[in-house]
Amino acid sequence: MYAFDIERPATIGEAVSALTGEAMVLSGGQTLIPTLKSRLADPGKLVSLSGIGEMKGIGLSGRDLQIGGGTVHADVAADGSYKALSELASNIGDPAVRSRGTIGGSIANNDPAACYPAAALASGAIIVTNTREIAADDYFQGMFETALNEGEIVTAVKFPIPDAANYQKFVQPASRFALVGVFVAKYADGVRVAVTGASNEGVHRWTAAEEALTANFSVSALEGLSVSADNLISDLHGSPEYRAHLIKVMTGRAVTAAS
Amino acid sequence: MPKDDGIGAATVRREDVRFLTGVGQYTDDIKAYGETVAVFARSTVANGVIKSIDTTTAAGMPGVLAIFTGEDFAEVGGNPAGWLINSRDGTPMHEPKRPVLAHGKVRHVGDAYAAVIAETLEQAKNAVEAIEADIEELDAIVNMKDALAGSNYVHDEIGTNQCFDWGWIEDNRDATDAAIKGAHHVTTLELVNNRLVPNAMEPRSSRAEYKAAGDEYVLHTTSQNPHLTRLLISAFVLGIPENKLTVIAPDVGGGFGSKIYHYGEEALVLAAAKKLGRPVTWTADRTEAFLTDAHGRDHVTKIELAMDAEGNFLAFRTETLANVGAYLSNFSTATPTFLHGTLMAGNYTVPNVYVNVKAVFTNTAPVDAYRGAGRPEATYSLERVIDKAAREIGRDPIELRRQNFIKPDQYPFASAAGLEYDSGNYDALMDKMEEVADMAGFAARRKASEAKGLLRGFGVNAYIEACGIAPSNLVGVLGSRVGLYDAATVRVNATGNLSVMVGAHSHGQGHETAFPQVVAEMLGIDASTIDIVHGDTSKIPFGMGTYGSRSLAVCGSAVVRATEKVINKAKKIAAHMLEVSDGDIELKDGQFSVAGTDKSVSFGEVALKAYIPHEFPLEDIEPGLEETAFYDPANFTYPSGAYCCEVELDPETGKVSVERMTAVDDFGNVINPMIVTGQVHGGLGQGIGQALLENTTYDENGQLLSASYMDYTMPRADDLPFYTVDHSQGNPCTHNPLGVKGCGEAGAIGSPPTVVNAVIDAMQSGGKNVTHIDMPVTPHRVWSAMQNA
Ligand SMILES: Cc1cc2nc3c(=O)[nH]c(=O)nc-3n(C[C@H](O)[C@H](O)[C@H](O)COP(=O)(O)OP(=O)(O)OC[C@H]3O[C@@H](n4cnc5c(N)ncnc54)[C@H](O)[C@@H]3O)c2cc1C
Repeated sequence: MYAFDIERPATIGEAVSALTGEAMVLSGGQTLIPTLKSRLADPGKLVSLSGIGEMKGIGLSGRDLQIGGGTVHADVAADGSYKALSELASNIGDPAVRSRGTIGGSIANNDPAACYPAAALASGAIIVTNTREIAADDYFQGMFETALNEGEIVTAVKFPIPDAANYQKFVQPASRFALVGVFVAKYADGVRVAVTGASNEGVHRWTAAEEALTANFSVSALEGLSVSADNLISDLHGSPEYRAHLIKVMTGRAVTAAS
Repeated sequence: MPKDDGIGAATVRREDVRFLTGVGQYTDDIKAYGETVAVFARSTVANGVIKSIDTTTAAGMPGVLAIFTGEDFAEVGGNPAGWLINSRDGTPMHEPKRPVLAHGKVRHVGDAYAAVIAETLEQAKNAVEAIEADIEELDAIVNMKDALAGSNYVHDEIGTNQCFDWGWIEDNRDATDAAIKGAHHVTTLELVNNRLVPNAMEPRSSRAEYKAAGDEYVLHTTSQNPHLTRLLISAFVLGIPENKLTVIAPDVGGGFGSKIYHYGEEALVLAAAKKLGRPVTWTADRTEAFLTDAHGRDHVTKIELAMDAEGNFLAFRTETLANVGAYLSNFSTATPTFLHGTLMAGNYTVPNVYVNVKAVFTNTAPVDAYRGAGRPEATYSLERVIDKAAREIGRDPIELRRQNFIKPDQYPFASAAGLEYDSGNYDALMDKMEEVADMAGFAARRKASEAKGLLRGFGVNAYIEACGIAPSNLVGVLGSRVGLYDAATVRVNATGNLSVMVGAHSHGQGHETAFPQVVAEMLGIDASTIDIVHGDTSKIPFGMGTYGSRSLAVCGSAVVRATEKVINKAKKIAAHMLEVSDGDIELKDGQFSVAGTDKSVSFGEVALKAYIPHEFPLEDIEPGLEETAFYDPANFTYPSGAYCCEVELDPETGKVSVERMTAVDDFGNVINPMIVTGQVHGGLGQGIGQALLENTTYDENGQLLSASYMDYTMPRADDLPFYTVDHSQGNPCTHNPLGVKGCGEAGAIGSPPTVVNAVIDAMQSGGKNVTHIDMPVTPHRVWSAMQNA
């Protein structure tokens, strides 16, 4: 890595003021540290969020779950108030990754194969930053692209807990990120389906499945549907056609598991 | 005897204490005053002309001590190939020079063209980034068929990308062709034996020190083969006299073949240490390991099996393209030829075998021996085509194999591929496999899988391989430029404990535990008083390295011979002490006694006498108790086995999981059954990795797409089943003193075809007429195959 300075603010406010120039936020470091080690980034200064108490922890009020942006995957996995979300968190990386990696870091990074973005989008979550609240539908804008402005920090994510939900992750065998991951969430006003790992445009909703499942929340509702391979990812691990096929299979499995 | 730490005891591995408590000493742990760090500038293009390299800016950067480019080594020798292969027309193979640093051209991504030595790693990296290299990219030569057809060459000076065109056995060619022509049934299979990246846990590392006082060099390096490394550096590359160069392989975190060879980085740190008068260390990062360690396998093969109407095998004919990469690594020419072609008769009485191998240069990392080295390629081709043949003619795959097996009363058996198998019993292995694998329960297990919506397949395989490499006289005739004996010195110290200097380096094989078991058994003393010394050319007589499952069969035999010499001498000393003739002395339980009397002296007393030779018959016996033996084997050893596995296949996603895996091996005598089981487990993990997971892919520009663990799938514990491993069916090797055959590679040889055969069986059971699928059998490939079937 290139040499850098590091600051360890205790509050969100201090963190925001420390973020000057090329400085980057460091949360769990599970994505950023490997990037630095490969010399793919040279931020000069890192602002660590790990000492900011107000960004950590999980709060439940009624059916609304608020998770601090600095909360590690292991804590979400252990929480259980939103079972499908906890199961998702328990299946990210390995124990070391889960003990360091944070939901804020994952949502901010928006890796096209990451898990949390699917949960946030399918749950219609609200991404809370130091300046505003952003609806998930507006927040995720393509591979590694988000609505975040320069220097904006994800301080929390608010999830409305659905009546039923499940995440199915078909792993890319090497990285064990999602080759295709599908999160299905059923609310009183409809079903939302979010797909990760599959598209050149990053996490996205499968609206045709949402309509069919809103009308009839069962696998049979998916029968007539097919997914277009257009703009799906082609790589060593799968063709667009394979990913299109898996989207449907994983959606069906999520519905079965959620029912 | 039997002692609890002698031959046959499942003694726990004593070396694991230091590995598990973190006190092992690896190359990069070795530090002294004045350390410096080397970092290499490596090509980002697969094929390119080096127009210029400007190091001016880099040289002026903080901490930079020296910069080397290919120019600095233009006058020194290249890293040679250890085995000369002649083509079918009698011409010798092409051997382009493999320089220390690329000169004129870069030939694969990762090819080093410059090196910076600096005070710290970060300073060296900064300076490498500041080197201005003008490299004109040329079209990359990646695909072997294109390489042979085209006129774009990896090495312009040889005017072809074909290294050699080898026929084995050329005299059998016509008979094989005729047998295939006249056969009742011929099964043909085209397959790919996928390229593998070795991925030792410890990346390669080399550290050199120069001692001006004696004009001496010390090289610590991650080597499976320190003596060979010294020999190559001395005789071919740098010309440092052997007696001025010490090569030490300290603890080494795995090799799997990739650390047998000498690499340019070793020569570079030596040259740099002399220039600077300071220690210089280079340690690969994981990306360098992916790009520059010698890879394994990478064959494209067409195999034909001819049978008569009864299913008797009449002939195997193989055409293989073997990728050697951009340069010839030390044993890259032996692996696809003599370690592969000679095994192409398998376990069978087949009368005709012909193998053609064309070795091809490409703009990819060099390819060389990797766990199994040639034999996995042979077994995979044979056992896949036999399985396909059984399906085509409607025969049970086990029965068809049994019908063609060599029978126990046929040994020694001269195989149609030119080897003489000394012992074996393949039916007994198959019997045992059927028993321990609970084959009777398969139908019920298949039903249970189907109830979950999954397909279940059963796959079987029989293998034979050649280990204990190798008789020097024989390999000399076949083109080897080295001998393949090994050596040991048994030193009995005055106080009765022993240091045993062995040529075979241990980097995961457990020599430090197993070798003392042999000596303890022979001397009747406690194994804990015996220590192995290995890996240091200044302490050990000589060694030809650890590979080809040769350590115990060859080096262990040298240990036996040296221990016998020690016993003979000790008997003489004891006879003198007891005032009888040495013919009357018996050694039992560490006591030398006079036959038929109660007079005896202990091993310890004899040792002390040897070093304090008062009242000693100096005219008959020299003082001291230390003996050396070199052992050159009479033949290869021939481990064999019967393997089977069951896979579950998810037809919706194509995902395959190995649910049961049974390995029944004939390793001859077993010295430490726990270590043997562990070696099989490791081999199975690597074999299943090759079969299902490990996908080395270069794109058409010669970029390695699977250059990190984000894309290259190493097997993890949860990818592997619990294994059933059995080695109760040993038929001792008939020509080495321990009767041992070698167990290090078997698992990696026997498992890939077993798994693929099971995958085919699963797809067939689901009504899909898929007859072949290439490794790695990824979910995507399975799904695609089933879509198209
Ligand atoms: C071996 C391994 C396996 C993994 N497997 C999976 C997997 O299966 N599924 C999965 O989803 N992920 C996986 N990950 C990624 C993991 O979840 C990361 O922890 C996560 O993507 C990033 O979180 P972090 O806290 O580590 O962020 P960091 O690495 O610290 O930061 C990542 C990026 O986000 C920025 N950032 C961090 N926090 C904030 C914030 N609060 N506001 C604004 N910007 C911020 C940083 O500046 C940086 O650019 C894996 C990682 C590893 C190393």
